[in-house]
Amino acid sequence: MSMPDKDISTRKLSYLMAIREAMQEEMRRDKNVILFGEDVERHGGGFGVSKELWEEFGDQQVRNMPISENCMAGLALGAAMTGCRPILEFMFMDFSALAIDQICNEAAKIHYMYGGQTNAPIVYRCPQGGLSYKSAGAHHSQSLEAWYVHVPGLKVVFPGTPYDAKGLLKAAICDPNPVVFIEHKALYNNEGIVPEDEYIIPLGKADVKRTGSSITVIAYGYMLQFALEAAEKLMPEGIDVEIIDPRTLNPFDEECFFESVRKTHRVVLIQEACRTGGVTAEWGMRIEEECFDWLDAPIVRVAGEDVPIPYAQSLEEKVWPNISKIIAAIKNVCYFN
Amino acid sequence: MTLDKNKHADFYKSMLRIRRFEETAIEAFSAGKIPGFIHSYIGEEAIASGVCGALEPGDLITGTHRGHGHCLAKGMRMDRMMAELYGKATGYNKGKGGSMHISDFSCGVLGCNGIVAGGIGLATGAAWGNQLQGNSRVVACFFGDGAMNRGSFHEAVNMASIWSLPVVYVVEANGWGISFSTRNAINLVDLSERAKAYGIPGVSVDGYDVMAVYEAAKAAIERARRGEGPSMVVCNAPRMRGHEEGDPQTYRPKDDIDKAKKNDPIKRYSEFLVAQSILSKDELKAIKQQVEEEVAQAIKFADESPYPNPEEALQDLFVEEK
Repeated sequence: MSMPDKDISTRKLSYLMAIREAMQEEMRRDKNVILFGEDVERHGGGFGVSKELWEEFGDQQVRNMPISENCMAGLALGAAMTGCRPILEFMFMDFSALAIDQICNEAAKIHYMYGGQTNAPIVYRCPQGGLSYKSAGAHHSQSLEAWYVHVPGLKVVFPGTPYDAKGLLKAAICDPNPVVFIEHKALYNNEGIVPEDEYIIPLGKADVKRTGSSITVIAYGYMLQFALEAAEKLMPEGIDVEIIDPRTLNPFDEECFFESVRKTHRVVLIQEACRTGGVTAEWGMRIEEECFDWLDAPIVRVAGEDVPIPYAQSLEEKVWPNISKIIAAIKNVCYFN
Repeated sequence: MTLDKNKHADFYKSMLRIRRFEETAIEAFSAGKIPGFIHSYIGEEAIASGVCGALEPGDLITGTHRGHGHCLAKGMRMDRMMAELYGKATGYNKGKGGSMHISDFSCGVLGCNGIVAGGIGLATGAAWGNQLQGNSRVVACFFGDGAMNRGSFHEAVNMASIWSLPVVYVVEANGWGISFSTRNAINLVDLSERAKAYGIPGVSVDGYDVMAVYEAAKAAIERARRGEGPSMVVCNAPRMRGHEEGDPQTYRPKDDIDKAKKNDPIKRYSEFLVAQSILSKDELKAIKQQVEEEVAQAIKFADESPYPNPEEALQDLFVEEK
């Protein structure tokens, strides 16, 4: 499948529709691609992503599940072993905690632990995060990518644009390994160019979302939007920000990070998730190990606070990264303060 | 149920293969040749032998941490199993799995499993996959009575029931979850009563009696193959040894252990076969001889096989595009 030039396409699609279209195309291509989860039939899943798919594909390919996340993940694995290519939708990423045994103890290890005898081509679709998805509270707002990134054998993908969402989900569905595919709830209505021609974005490849020379900012998920806005605001001040979206969080494209850091000599890493044990800690360390001699300033992180996500909006806003925190961090690293 | 002589000979051989494999593995474990854990299947031989004896070749099973018996009864080779226990490169899992993860997918064994109840969802999913693919394969899902208190058990049995999935839940009720007796962990005398809660048939049988296990399993498997849905077969087989090799069982009354040993299922079955003139002592001896040769070969193979190259520790993480 060739990579169409998104610059010459003008079709706009929302992040949500891009995800639906990726599933629809793959389900049409291969009837072994099955989608299941809570309320995915007529209701279209928790956020309406799978609307109209049950009407098109029926019970054979789209199936409502009882509220049994652990078993849903077990079913995905067993079905995968008999030739299916399951897409399992968790209504909220938070609920994947109920299934973590089957994902991390079983699916992630199944190829390795059994000496390469079998494999688990599964996609776990996980809507996560908060921000403009407000006041959902401590059980419906978390950012849990680091849990899964820490488990060898899982791939973890997190698109920040509709274009990436479609191309990466198609790659995830075709991948013979288990993939945790994270969708940001607050991005579902964001629109972007999504070409009509089919395309696929290989997993493990970062994308330079903005070229710049002053500093490297690595941001993913919803944080990409904040980073892009911050970059525009800083341009008049003479700070030219390069923005990298890793898109795949494991395995991540460290070479792309290193190349940029060797050019800009400065780094800010951004994650919505709480700070401690987050993916940016790993990236910062890798950069330090590989690019220490190129760095002109300490590596700085902007991250969520280490607390559960609170309910009241005044509290919520305190907890999350925002554009002004990002701008302050960038200026700090560029010694602009 | 009247079984022909060959079926009886198969059962006897299957049970003896398991018993002798386990006894030999325990010796090798004591001699320091096998690292890790050994959860022996001794005392439960009639269960795997009876259930697998009722399966068709294309059918599937999931095993447990106490899974050597499941693998052998489903037809896996002793030599590659023993090599895996030794941690050798020629083992089924290339030395990456060990006792609790030993499996042969080409033989229909969808994994032994180190997590109690870890294979129940997987077995149920394989049954769903079979149903979606429109084939007539049945899945036999083995687990212990301890697993019946995991949420994954409840979720899976319910799921199989609502979609009439072709799976048979085989409970190997040895009466203990390490040191916690099932009597204290489940407030039921007959564990098969739990089946009612999910709207599926459940039956309890003497798990030391291979013919009783076979008969119950056969009915459940045939029902599943007809598309009528899952069943639960509880096989009561008091644990003959410790939870794992080296467990002194200080928590368990001695007469409970003695009683289990006195009822040894293989001894009972061989006495029955001779008393009923189904198989002669000489015929049993001939089977024994075959098994001894297989065990000796397995040990030789394991002893002589190489350990995996350390570099292999970094291989097989992901499978490349298929």
